[in-house]
Amino acid sequence: MDIKVNVRETKGDTYVVDLNGEIDVYTSPKVKDAIGELIDKGHYNLVINLEKVRYIDSTGLGVLIGGLKRVREHGGSVNLVCTNPQIKKIFDITGLVKIFGIYDDEDAAMKALV
Amino acid sequence: MPPFQGTLGTVELRIPSKAEWVAVARLAVAAVANRLNFSIEDIEDVKLAVAEACTNCIQHAEGSDQIQITCEAGSDGLTVRVRDFGRGTRPEGIQSRRMDEPRVGGLGVFLIRSLMDSVEYDVNPERGTNLVMTKKVAR
Repeated sequence: MDIKVNVRETKGDTYVVDLNGEIDVYTSPKVKDAIGELIDKGHYNLVINLEKVRYIDSTGLGVLIGGLKRVREHGGSVNLVCTNPQIKKIFDITGLVKIFGIYDDEDAAMKALV
Repeated sequence: MPPFQGTLGTVELRIPSKAEWVAVARLAVAAVANRLNFSIEDIEDVKLAVAEACTNCIQHAEGSDQIQITCEAGSDGLTVRVRDFGRGTRPEGIQSRRMDEPRVGGLGVFLIRSLMDSVEYDVNPERGTNLVMTKKVAR
């Protein structure tokens, strides 16, 4: 069980964080570090692509919430790309659909940041 | 909480109380759930609930180095017991939080209660914390 993290710079100082694997109590620190590093460098508009994430638990959600709170302090935002019904269900149950922009594809998530 | 009818068997697992072992617990319980007539969605629910319970043991149970997971499979549902051997979980470890304010932490118990049909905690400073949760097979 692991998570692969890939960070890409795109237009307009927006960064995309591609995640591939399972996000749980063991792997979430790696995701937290990647997002934290971007924010520490002054990048406050992020798209986190969950398309290849097969599983996420509350520690993973906590990392995403923590990142969102940090970028909002600087006027930024975090949008998510997610179509996996089980993962969308978790965002729905927890009410996080109301605080994250969740999109079906990366283009839509990018456009919504601008 | 009475056991489900038509007991099919009991599966027990004990893992070290460490983050890297939680995946083993959730996959083992998913395999048990897969033996019953649960839908894929319900199996995912059980898997996440068990992982959240184990994560809570790791994060909140003081002095426990093991987690015991017991699955009792019945023809109409699954009972899962997750037990640590600590000095009792701190109250914040088993409280479900209000969902009207986004903040880091506290989502685990809320998810367990949302995903399972019944959830009971027995917190004892001498025996540790025992969580019993059930999921019925949808008809």
